[in-house]
Amino acid sequence: MENREFFYRRLHSLLGVVPIGIFLIQHLFVNHFAVYGPESFNKAASFMHDLPFRILLEIFIIFLPILFHAVLGVYIVFVAKNNVTRYGYFRNWMFFLQRITGIVTLVFIVWHVWETRVQIGLGTEELDYSLMETILASPVMFAFYVLGIISTTFHFANGLWSFLVSWGITVTPRSQKMATYATILIFLAVTYLGIRALFAFV
Amino acid sequence: MAQEKLTFIVKRQDNPNAEPYDETFEINYRKNMNIISVLMETQKYPITANGKKTSPVNWESNCLEEVCGACSMVINGEPRQACSTLVDQLEQPIRIEPMSTFPVERDLVVDRSRMFDSLKKVKAWIPIDGTHDLGPGPRMPEKKRQWAYELSKCMTCGVCLEACPNVNSDSDFIGPAALSQARLFNSHPTGEMNKSERLEALMEDGGISGCGNSQNCVQVCPKGIPLTTSIAAMNRETNIQSFKNFFGSDYAH
Repeated sequence: MENREFFYRRLHSLLGVVPIGIFLIQHLFVNHFAVYGPESFNKAASFMHDLPFRILLEIFIIFLPILFHAVLGVYIVFVAKNNVTRYGYFRNWMFFLQRITGIVTLVFIVWHVWETRVQIGLGTEELDYSLMETILASPVMFAFYVLGIISTTFHFANGLWSFLVSWGITVTPRSQKMATYATILIFLAVTYLGIRALFAFV
Repeated sequence: MAQEKLTFIVKRQDNPNAEPYDETFEINYRKNMNIISVLMETQKYPITANGKKTSPVNWESNCLEEVCGACSMVINGEPRQACSTLVDQLEQPIRIEPMSTFPVERDLVVDRSRMFDSLKKVKAWIPIDGTHDLGPGPRMPEKKRQWAYELSKCMTCGVCLEACPNVNSDSDFIGPAALSQARLFNSHPTGEMNKSERLEALMEDGGISGCGNSQNCVQVCPKGIPLTTSIAAMNRETNIQSFKNFFGSDYAH
């Protein structure tokens, strides 16, 4: 359809933060229960699993927003002609990394959903601590998960920065600079949350 | 003392469909040369460094004081105006190429008509003509005029479009210059009367949503125009306009 680009791009920006960003933080918080032991993790995981209308929550808060964000995101990646070698400015590098991490995160999410949610849905795996323990026992998979989490948290934090610009919240260079510092802190905090939980499984 | 020489390489192209090729020139160095005066030497002596006769290099230039924007080209990898680029500040051999975002007409001459089409699209002017005398317009505060003057320095030179990763043959993104011009004319007390029309144009396909915030534009702009501030400001304005349109406010027009 003609002239829908503005709406789709704004929706893309919004969905990245609400609900996907919120879901990401919630997910990493729940994972973090693993730090307090397998039982603590299992309790938190089964609480999430037993939420009322879980399938609807999953479809409308997780699957559909991520699907839309991913499809339009891949398109956005392919229309850009990256030029960091010629213009090595900080924001241009962030622009480039946002696209790289977008693709890495997509691959990671597809893999992660396949070996956890899909397998649980098919009944071949149980949702518990030992599922992740088995997956992360392989050093290759562990490294892949570390990469996947860092890529996701970077994409989230930097995406939050451009969300603030796209929605016209940070307009002046000064406010955009402050937002840069704030999103760096968010990146560090959320990454710590995610990586610390990973180490609890090994 | 032997005459000091100056070497430069020009990326040449004989016509819009021809393959580009490099040609090296060696000319007599003079003090305080700019790139225009360097190129003019190829008109006097259209001979390459290895003595081959060739055609003079084609380029565009007008004002020679960095206000018209016609002589934009990529010099040692940096898009800038040939007139204000001094040879003494450059590493040799100097590499001169046409801007790559625009279609090449010949040698360093590029077709920037997409920028002028963009200005038409966003109505980058102030309509003052009527069938009768419209009388004097509202006054503009001096402080605001000074602020707007910075935005009015845009000379449609194309350097911001050249540096933007989202302006390319795969995308129809309008580019930073026109977005900032829409802001300029929307801030004028008379231009403001057509504010929504400019915002609607920015919300069309290829409009403001094509910006990916690489912020190269503001780094390379030769006039120091706060392009990314303009883009963020227009992001805010277009979002508000789209809400007004959707929720049906009386203030949408």
